[in-house]
Amino acid sequence: LVLVLSLSLPVADCPGTSSAEAGRAAACQGCPNQKLCAAGAAAPDPAEAAELRERLRSVKHTILVLSGKGGVGKSTFSALLAHGLAADEAKQVALLDIDICGPSIPKMMGLEGEQVHQSGSGWSPVYVEENLGVMSVGFLLSSPDDAVIWRGPKKNGLIKQFLRDVDWGEIDYLIVDTPPGTSDEHLSIVQYLSATRIDGAVIITTPQEVSLQDVRKEINFCHKVKLPIIGVVENMSGFICPKCKNESQIFPPTTGGAEKMCQNLNVSLLGKVPLDPQIAKSCDKGQSFLSEAPESPATSSYRNIIQRIKEYCDQHHFHEEKII
Amino acid sequence: ERSNLAGVRHILLVLSGKGGVGKSTISTELALSLWHSGKKVGILDVDLCGPSIPRMFRVQDNDVHQCDSGWVPVFVDQDKSISLMSIGFLLEKPDDAVVWRGPKKNALIKQFVADVAWGDLDFLIVDTPPGTSDEHISTVEALRPYKPLGAILVTTPQAVSVGDVRRELTFCKKTGLRVLGIVENMSGFVCPHCSECTNIFSKGGGEELAKHAGVPFLGCVPLDPQLSQSLEEGRDFIQEFPKSSAFPALAHIAQQILDGTSQRSS
Repeated sequence: LVLVLSLSLPVADCPGTSSAEAGRAAACQGCPNQKLCAAGAAAPDPAEAAELRERLRSVKHTILVLSGKGGVGKSTFSALLAHGLAADEAKQVALLDIDICGPSIPKMMGLEGEQVHQSGSGWSPVYVEENLGVMSVGFLLSSPDDAVIWRGPKKNGLIKQFLRDVDWGEIDYLIVDTPPGTSDEHLSIVQYLSATRIDGAVIITTPQEVSLQDVRKEINFCHKVKLPIIGVVENMSGFICPKCKNESQIFPPTTGGAEKMCQNLNVSLLGKVPLDPQIAKSCDKGQSFLSEAPESPATSSYRNIIQRIKEYCDQHHFHEEKII
Repeated sequence: ERSNLAGVRHILLVLSGKGGVGKSTISTELALSLWHSGKKVGILDVDLCGPSIPRMFRVQDNDVHQCDSGWVPVFVDQDKSISLMSIGFLLEKPDDAVVWRGPKKNALIKQFVADVAWGDLDFLIVDTPPGTSDEHISTVEALRPYKPLGAILVTTPQAVSVGDVRRELTFCKKTGLRVLGIVENMSGFVCPHCSECTNIFSKGGGEELAKHAGVPFLGCVPLDPQLSQSLEEGRDFIQEFPKSSAFPALAHIAQQILDGTSQRSS
């Protein structure tokens, strides 16, 4: 199979397997699935879309945690956001981990080894607290060595199941933790969640350019799919030596860090969080860093950021009655 | 017709289940170390969503040209002994997001493996994105006829990373990819002001995993702001900072790879 690709890559992306353009857009040239899409084989099933809408009807706020870059602290942040929002016992919080290949959430929430149970109304989330439920592929794997070696379509199928078959109940906040990148998982979650309304995306980065260059792409992705951006969090922003109290920039902001990027791209900088060895320890132990290290400067940063996200959601309060 | 990989002596993949542990960093530093040992090295960057390699060599503004046998890789040095291929070179604007589903990614990876005119190389290092999905399956399938040397797995010390890398080890087993060893990156930070070592991302998980899985442990690389800075600026860390704390570890990893290949040929 010899594909002719121009050496200056066309920017046009996959229009979406369910879009009207599927198989017909300029970007479809050379894609092995072009014929399939053009024939409408991948078109969304309207009954399926209705089913998703029904399931997600009782979700008040949805927040996606994204980053173009891996290892910047998406899962860490998602876990802490979940804990932070669930501190209000009157609120029901759901944390959905759609990183199919590298599901970190079970470990971070202290739920390693838990399995998913089925009931008449669907899959039960695994509860950390009464008001904090979690779902991840991690719960479907029987061994920590099990690898999920799946191509895109199969991953998409599981993500759909997570939204359709999990009995979340009434939720105030649905937090979706994602893998790094701008690919199947990201396109699919935005597509499936179009049945409900996504309040917005929180984008995580670290200060250095090697992260920012990926995060700018993620910001562009959000614009492309019309996903509002709540703001950016700069993680690993400096390290204070516990002995001499001097600060080191381990991941130097050589191009101005998240602050400059946010200015240039006109997005909000929600806050900067310094490195703290206790964060990694808490994640590994499955404990909330916010509770384990309440005096840490990182904790105050996280709490401020969570507060800003709460305020953003409150401003965009959404009625339960959705217009279909 | 001679395949474009016919002149490549050793192919090695740099993998991790986990993102942000330093795959591209290790790929880059390994390439530089091998180059300083007199080897001709190429890096194939199959991370299509987050291509980090071009900037690490300060060639992010370069273009890719065609020749009779395919695409000419981007040369980093005058002697043309370090060459690179990445989707980063094909983007019109550096902030353009490559929002592709699996099948389109797979098609480009097949082209990257078959159509880059590498010429004669001692080592082709393949830098990968995190995970065990389309890119990884396609890359391993496309490279299989060329019998890769194996894979280096990179992790950071903490359990959350090791947890993902365990799954990557399973991927290697299932796809018949030999594991050359595990690198524990970001293993400790020595404060430049007072020399106190803090284990910011914990310690020891990589070494433990290697022992548990019965694969070689290639070493611990500490956090070093000089290394981060070099990578940010696309500078030659191996040449500029031989006294840094990360240098001995990186040099040792390269040496083990070289020793491994000389054992194989003898």
